[in-house]
Amino acid sequence: MFKWIHRFGSPPFVYRLSGRIAPVLGVLCLILMLTGLYLGLVVAPADYEQGDSYRIIFVHVPAAWMSMFVYVVMAVSSAIFLIWKMKLADIVAQASAPIGASFTFIALMSGSLWGKPMWGTWWVWDARLTSELLLLFLYLGYIALRNAIEHPQLAARTAAILAVVGVVNIPIIHFSVDWWNTLHQPATITKFDKPSMHPSMLKPLLIMVVAFQLLYFYNLLVRVRSGILQREKRAAWVAKELEN
Amino acid sequence: MKPKRKQRLILVSLMVAGVALAVTFGLIAFNQNIMLFQSPSDVAAGNMEAGQRFRIGGMVVDGSVQRRDTNLDVQFSLTDHASTVPVTYNGILPDLFREGQGIVALGKLDDKGVFVASEVLAKHDENYMPPEVAEALEKAGKMPGTAANYGNTTLVQP
Repeated sequence: MFKWIHRFGSPPFVYRLSGRIAPVLGVLCLILMLTGLYLGLVVAPADYEQGDSYRIIFVHVPAAWMSMFVYVVMAVSSAIFLIWKMKLADIVAQASAPIGASFTFIALMSGSLWGKPMWGTWWVWDARLTSELLLLFLYLGYIALRNAIEHPQLAARTAAILAVVGVVNIPIIHFSVDWWNTLHQPATITKFDKPSMHPSMLKPLLIMVVAFQLLYFYNLLVRVRSGILQREKRAAWVAKELEN
Repeated sequence: MKPKRKQRLILVSLMVAGVALAVTFGLIAFNQNIMLFQSPSDVAAGNMEAGQRFRIGGMVVDGSVQRRDTNLDVQFSLTDHASTVPVTYNGILPDLFREGQGIVALGKLDDKGVFVASEVLAKHDENYMPPEVAEALEKAGKMPGTAANYGNTTLVQP
């Protein structure tokens, strides 16, 4: 019954499949990104209180969400690698780390740029900001740890343990604004309540969220493909694949 | 599942559970320190001593803001709708500072119970809307985040 799932453990199969899917994701992402940016930066009205400064939300919120989503993907595939010794899961985790770190950096930077005029400070050590900074350090720590250990298998296992354990930080980031009082505002969009945002602003935001999601998967597939080639460079199928 | 894999699954789960438990205890122990600010009620209850530096968060009371013409001195009151604390500040206020707005101030209490702030930050809420919508809501008295609708918002948590 689960026979089909084993095909996703086969590097040649995944290499060819992702080669076909990646360009589609890339084009879709570009279209949605341009639509979202146009609707968000040009069409959407200014905010009653913040004026045009609020438009940073169209980059900040998707980036912040993706920073957490990518980490969860990294932690889950690291766990799969630790338990089932599936090499491809390790490649996914390794490929995700720099992408996640970039999303985290974008979220922190854009938030800081918005914070100076709105709050009156670039940075404050409240629970939300601090835990998001910790997430950036987790990503960087994962990358550094992998590069610090010379033995590839040992490096993969050690880094995977760090990724799995670090997942504890994710609920802390998410609930920090509810558990403690912070300068950062609570969530605008929640699953159970109606969003505290006007539909004309919400639509571009949701488009940008989908675009960022596609951006991640596009980058992931491209990086996974090069990861597969790197590790399988001595395999016969790679030589054959690169010939055509 | 093969026994070896089952063993590793249990090991990984225990590892995550152990770290989660340790972090939970740590966060509970440091709960007060993670709070960015104290409420006016905390101050009224005498939890803060004069001269101790801390942050206070609350809503600027309507009609309480007094500015000087000659310098940047400003006086206002902060409330959490249970207690009120007078605040003085000398400096440039953030764009979002206004009456009825949530703010966080850093400073200390003087002997008379006045909070002398050295930094004032505006706390934004989670509501976004165009100016026309805000105006319409204001007219209908349904504006989230204002004193009349205080219960509808998490602007300043007690």
